[in-house]
Amino acid sequence: MSATSAEALVDYDDAVARYQPVLGLEVHVELNTASKMFCGCSTTFGAEPNTQVCPTCLGLPGSLPVVNHDAVESAIRMGLALNCDIAPWGRFARKNYFYPDMPKDYQISQYDEPLCVDGWLDVTVPGIDGAESTVVRVGIERVHMEEDTGKLTHAGGATGRIHGADYSLVDYNRAGVPLIEIVTKPVTGTGALAPEVAKAYVTELRELMRALGVSDVRMEQGSLRCDANVSIAPADAVEWGTRTETKNVNSLRSVERAVRYEIRRQAGVLDAGGTITQETRHFHEDDGTTTPGRSKETAEDYRYFPDPDLVPVAPALDYVERLRTTMPESPAVRRERLRAEWGLSEFDMASVINAGALDLVVATIAEGADHAGARKWWLGELAREANERGVGLADLPVTPADVAAVESMVGAGRLNDKLARQVFAGLLAGEGSPEEIIAARGLEVVSDEGVLVAAVDDVIAANPDVAQKIRDGKVAAAGALIGQVMKATKGKADAGRVRELILERLEA
Amino acid sequence: MSPTADLTRLSALDLAAAMAAGEVSSVEITQAHLDRIEAVEPKVHAFLHVDPEGALASAASVDARRAAGEDLPALAGVPVAVKDVLATRGTPTTCGSAILRGWRPPYDATVVRKIREAGLVILGKTNMDEFAMGSSTEHSAYGPTRNPWDLERIPGGSSGGSAAAVASYSAPLSIGTDTGGSIRQPAALTGTVGVKPTYGGVSRYGLVALASSLDQAGPFARTVLDAAMLHEAIAGHDPLDSTSIDAAVPPVVEAALSGDVDGMRIGLVRQLRGEGFQPGVQARFDEAVDLLASKGAIVTEVDLPHAEYALAAYYLILPSECSSNLAKFDGMRFGLRVGDDGQRSASEVMSLTRDEGFGPEVKRRIMLGTYALSKGYYDAYYGQAQKVRTLIARDFAEAFARVDVVLTPTAPTTAFRLGEKLDDPVAMYLNDIATIPANLAGIPGMSVPVGLAAEDGLPVGLQIMAPAMADDRLYQVGAALEAGLVELYGHTTIEEAPQL
Repeated sequence: MSATSAEALVDYDDAVARYQPVLGLEVHVELNTASKMFCGCSTTFGAEPNTQVCPTCLGLPGSLPVVNHDAVESAIRMGLALNCDIAPWGRFARKNYFYPDMPKDYQISQYDEPLCVDGWLDVTVPGIDGAESTVVRVGIERVHMEEDTGKLTHAGGATGRIHGADYSLVDYNRAGVPLIEIVTKPVTGTGALAPEVAKAYVTELRELMRALGVSDVRMEQGSLRCDANVSIAPADAVEWGTRTETKNVNSLRSVERAVRYEIRRQAGVLDAGGTITQETRHFHEDDGTTTPGRSKETAEDYRYFPDPDLVPVAPALDYVERLRTTMPESPAVRRERLRAEWGLSEFDMASVINAGALDLVVATIAEGADHAGARKWWLGELAREANERGVGLADLPVTPADVAAVESMVGAGRLNDKLARQVFAGLLAGEGSPEEIIAARGLEVVSDEGVLVAAVDDVIAANPDVAQKIRDGKVAAAGALIGQVMKATKGKADAGRVRELILERLEA
Repeated sequence: MSPTADLTRLSALDLAAAMAAGEVSSVEITQAHLDRIEAVEPKVHAFLHVDPEGALASAASVDARRAAGEDLPALAGVPVAVKDVLATRGTPTTCGSAILRGWRPPYDATVVRKIREAGLVILGKTNMDEFAMGSSTEHSAYGPTRNPWDLERIPGGSSGGSAAAVASYSAPLSIGTDTGGSIRQPAALTGTVGVKPTYGGVSRYGLVALASSLDQAGPFARTVLDAAMLHEAIAGHDPLDSTSIDAAVPPVVEAALSGDVDGMRIGLVRQLRGEGFQPGVQARFDEAVDLLASKGAIVTEVDLPHAEYALAAYYLILPSECSSNLAKFDGMRFGLRVGDDGQRSASEVMSLTRDEGFGPEVKRRIMLGTYALSKGYYDAYYGQAQKVRTLIARDFAEAFARVDVVLTPTAPTTAFRLGEKLDDPVAMYLNDIATIPANLAGIPGMSVPVGLAAEDGLPVGLQIMAPAMADDRLYQVGAALEAGLVELYGHTTIEEAPQL
């Protein structure tokens, strides 16, 4: 699928020069509670279909929901982290619509009585090409709780979508998993930065949820899903334009792309004298376009009403205050603290964060390494490997303890960088601990002075011209001899010591 | 011990005593009731599903435990019938609807679990108006239940099967559910005792919801004390039901044993007597009130000024909740599925299934509720009805500041003829005019038989209502009335029922 031909896309820079975008982001995140929102079933991802179900999450006749207080606590902590007011009293509502992935044909959600309201989150949009970064305060309208639906798999047909499928399978393991939905207030005044702000906001939310430990935020497993509302209006307009809501944008990059695409598309429609239809749209990962879904005219009436099976959630003030005192340092504060401790520039810190290496570097330091050494390996050798494998750094079979151990051996001269890289190759190949790999691969630096001196003397004898240059004071020429000694010792020599020995023997 | 045929005439208490004394076994008692069911079911049709094997196996197990000297609960070995709206693991649970034909729940309702834990023997599942919507049991997809007092008449509803099973001596006890009078009205129309406990007093887990904020399961029996014993067995806090009250069960058995009303303040509801009530019903009611006064009760009048809006509020709240509660019956996961030919969409299959599976009264209420909850109508209908509900609860609170219990006739008339009100939903709805307010306020209510109406010789029920969690007062007054009427007539009302 791609854009309808009638919709000419306007060049992005041109679009944002003439139109002001307004954003609204709705992020759904699965909480990582052990059990579901309204029953005791496990929430473990990846189990055999329909094995983590009970009468309640299957919506069997007669079953009843009971609120999982761990999920409420997670939602409140998220609300506190987003600087929200915590409602003293709120009810769950039923959102009524028929769909096979909804066991009860209604979803228990919060409607007009959300748990957390009126907060904010500061997000930092990194500057491009060394430009200053920009901090944008995103207003939070509400944080509310709801239950997830089951998962449909459409079998047969070419697309994997419902249209053209021969039949559909439903897995209710996900039905009833607790979700929180975080809704922003309209985000205005971002201008050309709108797509980056959207991405930075979702990124920051993810960091926040990880810091709080309320969600694993595994986007590839669909545990964070974003709906992006976008409207544009002429730069001098007083009123906002009509918005579209692009559903289920499921990666950080997609958030940015979807917003960018909608701005360009809507500008095209307005330039052609058309009007924007208020509708939901689908984002297509393959070509980065959006296509129309439901229009407002055909939107369902969900017939919300308070769920009579549940009693109101009423978090006591002292309970909320107690939670407030146990809040961890916010990711933003922590980043700034570490940056200052390590003495890094904003740019260097950003590369650590963008590589997803911050927690690993911190953990490696905790294992005894210094921050420069820890950063060197995680952002170099290991980042390259993760990139090639298409996984996150944390998913590599290398632990912060391994990195710290290798780094300490380099510091002590037991390994040189070249040997260290071989140790990492062994670790990545699953050959055991660093010590085991060093033993098995024979990677120890040659520290036997006699062997080294003999090798140095051999090389000096074989290269009298070079040796003479060094004796004459051209110390830089030593590099050629060092290389030959390293070659003779199969790379296992400490290059620093070899250089010392050469200069010593030549009395340079 | 008398021949087994007579076992069906005994109260639950007497059956329990006979078993405890070793005079009779639970298997014998159960078999006697199964025989009785076989004999009268062709006429009454109180049951949708009889489970002889399961019942006899439970009975044998109780007998074995008793023989082993185990200390058993009071009602162990006594048979009971359960309304088909409560989930029973492995046995059919249809709610009187074609859409659940053949469905066997994989779990027990909490009430059913408690019944089993109390050693009660479940004879089978009783007939009901489809999804408990109705006051005559004519809205069952499996045919009506008939009133044992007159087989041409309805037994009331929606728990008509449970009432008729007890009134026809097919079971000494049964469980019904009451959303707007569905226990109390059939109890009144069959000369039995029926109790709707305080909302939250008995777990709703496994009770297939009609209107979640109104539904409550409760006991039917032929005596007040039997009802109290069953009430005590099924009541209590349940963590699986968020609306369950975490408090001690009111001392209902103690109250039924006492029956002392000396000095008790009794309020007669000005708005729920006289006009609109059958003369024979009103006469028996007045006589019963005099009887209580003669035993020392202080009788006064109280007002429920908003009672006249109760029916209207109820018929907005109930359909609204039921339109959502009954959405899950979509043919996707259980029960009937219509039109699944590999071509139709899930949405079409859902529509066809619901069209064929639901009866006209269920569809009527789903449509009413869907409308009432629609955007733009919510405030005017559901929102307004909830305000009326608050006012009615306030009316009761003010009344209970002055009196200990309030009394009304349970139903405006005695049992009517089959088909008489089937084409007039509003006339049918008016049957519950006196019972609905208790559901809206969440307070407990009992219907206790107070003799027969002079004009038709059919039983009349008197309704007692008490403040929330003061269910024991119902039994205190009920027991006083029961004893007083025996003193007056020499027998209880149910003993005048035809033998069939």
